[in-house]
Amino acid sequence: MARLSSFALHELSAKLAAGECSSVEIVNDLLDAIAERNGELHAYLWLNAEEARAAAAEADRRRAAGESPRSPLDGLPVALKDNLSARGQPCGCASRILEGYRAPYDAHVVERLRAAGAILLGRTNMDEFAMGSSTENSAYGPTRNPWDSERVPGGSSGGAAAAVAGGLALAALGSDTGGSIRQPASFCGCVGLKPTYGRVSRYGLVAYASSLDQIGPIARDTRDAARLLGIIAGRDARDSTSLDAAVPDYEAALGERLDGLRLGLPREYFGAGLDPEVERAARAAAEQCRALGAEVFEVELPHTPYAVAAYYLLATAEASANLARFDGVRYGRRVEGEDPTDLYQRTRAAGFGPEVKRRIILGAFALSHGYYDAYYLRAQKVRTLIRRDFEAAFERCDALLAPVAPTPAYRLGEKTDNPLAMYLGDILTIPVNLAGICGLSVPCGFTPGGLPIGLQIIAPALGEERALRVGHAYEQATRWMEKTSHASPSAIRGQR
Amino acid sequence: MTSPAPEFLASIGLETHVQLRTASKLFCGCARAFGAPPNTLVCPVCLGLPGAMPTVNREAVRLTVRAGLLLDCEIGLRSKFDRKSYFYPDMPKNYQISQYDRPLCIGGKLEIEVGGARKTIRLTRIHLEEDVGKSLHFESSSGVDFNRAGAPLMEIVSEPDLATPDEAMAYLLALKQILVYGGISDANLEEGNVRCDINVSVRPAGATRLGTKAEIKNMNTFKGVHRALTYEIERQIRVLRAGGAIRQETRRWDDAAGRTEAMRSKEDAHDYRYFPEPDLLPIELTAEEVAAWRADLPERPAARRARFVAAYGLPEYDAGVLTAEKAIADYFEAVARACGNFKAASNWVMTEVLRALGERQMDIAQLRVTPAALAALIGLVERKVITMPTAKEVFAHLFERGGDPEAIVKEKGLAQVSDTGAIDALAEAAIAAHPSVAADYRAGKKPALQFLVGQVMKASRGKANPQLAAEALKRKLEG
Ligand SMILES: [Zn+2]
Repeated sequence: MARLSSFALHELSAKLAAGECSSVEIVNDLLDAIAERNGELHAYLWLNAEEARAAAAEADRRRAAGESPRSPLDGLPVALKDNLSARGQPCGCASRILEGYRAPYDAHVVERLRAAGAILLGRTNMDEFAMGSSTENSAYGPTRNPWDSERVPGGSSGGAAAAVAGGLALAALGSDTGGSIRQPASFCGCVGLKPTYGRVSRYGLVAYASSLDQIGPIARDTRDAARLLGIIAGRDARDSTSLDAAVPDYEAALGERLDGLRLGLPREYFGAGLDPEVERAARAAAEQCRALGAEVFEVELPHTPYAVAAYYLLATAEASANLARFDGVRYGRRVEGEDPTDLYQRTRAAGFGPEVKRRIILGAFALSHGYYDAYYLRAQKVRTLIRRDFEAAFERCDALLAPVAPTPAYRLGEKTDNPLAMYLGDILTIPVNLAGICGLSVPCGFTPGGLPIGLQIIAPALGEERALRVGHAYEQATRWMEKTSHASPSAIRGQR
Repeated sequence: MTSPAPEFLASIGLETHVQLRTASKLFCGCARAFGAPPNTLVCPVCLGLPGAMPTVNREAVRLTVRAGLLLDCEIGLRSKFDRKSYFYPDMPKNYQISQYDRPLCIGGKLEIEVGGARKTIRLTRIHLEEDVGKSLHFESSSGVDFNRAGAPLMEIVSEPDLATPDEAMAYLLALKQILVYGGISDANLEEGNVRCDINVSVRPAGATRLGTKAEIKNMNTFKGVHRALTYEIERQIRVLRAGGAIRQETRRWDDAAGRTEAMRSKEDAHDYRYFPEPDLLPIELTAEEVAAWRADLPERPAARRARFVAAYGLPEYDAGVLTAEKAIADYFEAVARACGNFKAASNWVMTEVLRALGERQMDIAQLRVTPAALAALIGLVERKVITMPTAKEVFAHLFERGGDPEAIVKEKGLAQVSDTGAIDALAEAAIAAHPSVAADYRAGKKPALQFLVGQVMKASRGKANPQLAAEALKRKLEG
């Protein structure tokens, strides 16, 4: 019999309603799975076991008393990336500099989860302050890919993706600044959604690059991603950049066919450097969409080659200010010094890892007197051009299909000595953040070696319904996660 | 003040930071208040906790624009916030949210008056930013109180149009007056509502280019500004006379020692690495909104003063005193309108009201004598129901307890005695008691009559009609 921890949220929601299982059983099974595999995968940094059990018991009691569920998530556990504030929990961003800090308030998304009756299971590993693409930049050690523990899970939300793929979480919330939800989802064979900038309030998300950061779900299928988005999306007055747009019923948009949809294949996303297996899988996925009724054709996004450079100037510029507050004065780790300046220097030298330091220095440089125009301002102009590229493409098509990352999951340590190679791995996800639009990653096959490959579906601003619709129809037609004969990453596959 | 060295000219510009009179802070809902226990008016936003985000207090924007309108600035309909980065323990985020290249108010001017001469000081800009916390130093440790962190602060930057410490002082006083008039700031110096940075340079008379300037940071009293400028101008002249050159640097005013000292040179100046605040949208104002705010402006102090001279026939000096504070001017106008006797209203407010408030160190807002009551009191004197000395007695009563003057007069039996029989009797008694004075009067010393009137008034406990008393005495002495 299949483990409870191997099902999707919506399946368990139905089981709870039918009285086939309890919240306590679900939470206990997940905690068992975590006890079995977290030592190897290192997906979680912190577990909320006692509170999660108590919350599950409380949800069961409410259900037994005949109370109607607070939401389709009522009594179901969700994991949080370590950069989302939840009252009373650590919120360390996988950094030494936040050692000992506990958030005294809830992020907007955490408020929404609590109100929906969701159970906060634990906090997942990440690249320190979300700076990285492999989760190797965590100060607490890397997370491993459940499909091959010698490989990275992607990043920066690598802990979240590994937990969902490895059977240690049903779903998780992550954050995506340049691909940090979509790329690990692709590396681990999950569904990951980067919503439109402003669709989900960032209040309580520890900022990396404020104009690019966005919170989104990592889940086992598109229905779960749609369900989670429906709960966390919407206007929040505490985030001035959050959009005042109605939240549609995302699940209602899910269907089997793609008739009448025009899907574009951006020529630049299928260029040099793309792994042939990844290209084959993405093109096959496009054919599948055609078979489902969509019209598929090539489009151009000519400024794509400049996206990575622009991103690493803008994101690091914002990060250099965002991370200035970590100084040892008010919270987190402190290394005493002779005077305030000495204290800052010692604290920050000891508290930040090398990649964080590299990006702070890069960002501070890009903003310095005399360089601002050449770097920051020029990067903003590139950003505008990239946004216009997408606007032009979306005049011709409804959504874009592309790979998520140029390669499948690589080996631990393979790119750590070459930051630039690591940065270039984000080339297919970064433009979506620069343009502020939405992108969805869904599994689209495996390499011959058995590593998952992800398909990216890019839609215009507030086009999450459309992206989910395409992703869902494709997912239902292919059911990659169920059909594969490759070695199972976890208890999930083959046991449903 | 005369220039210490007429062959040199000074150019002074001031950057004045003024805390706005809002209920809450600029980017969060915490109360903006003075004197609360340390770190009790704080939240994740103003403490700069990880993940917290700012949202703009529109009232602070309105007050800044109101200041700009009162100071003849051009209003930027599309302005924005920027991050200004530097590390300091009292800065929760180690960047300050300020406005760099698109401030709310551009240009502007302020009229000052020194030694009877009027001068227009040009303004460069006014922008809105957040205040920082306050460092506290104890015996063996330091602390930071973040209650003030995030309070809305308006920075008013002047052009270097001020030439003397006296002009700088007049500028600050005029600025304070107009901001209090507009209800924009309490401008309370004791509570640190107004702080100022000085830019000052000196050049030989006749030179067209300004000299190298020094900046003196963090002045928090107007007197300090005057003293620091007096010292610094003399210091720079001394250096130039000795053939030296002024270094462009930031200096600190040591109030106890009475001198400025170098803090850091231009080479060590901060690179603030400004960039647009990504957590906030640009501030958009509509022309209609600004027009509505303009229509809502109070009369400016200078205009009101001129109107008081023209409309109420007051001397220039009296109009100046009455318009120094908006609340006093409002009070005066209410009294003047209610009683119709402008001169009497002005006399009462300038003497009795301001004296009594001053003695008790009270604010006019705390005054118990309503404008209607004072107008009624003036009416009683005018109609000769009571004498002036009685009116002062009634005023003292109103000042302590408030109330209606007519009721008080009736209750205490203070109405003027105009009964000729009673006055005749008192006059006779006065003459009888002071025969020599009476003889003096009869011998032609007319002023002796005043003494006898005084005696009648005293005997009547101030209630006798002094004119009737004088007539009665004359009748008896001359008859
Ligand atoms: Zn606050």
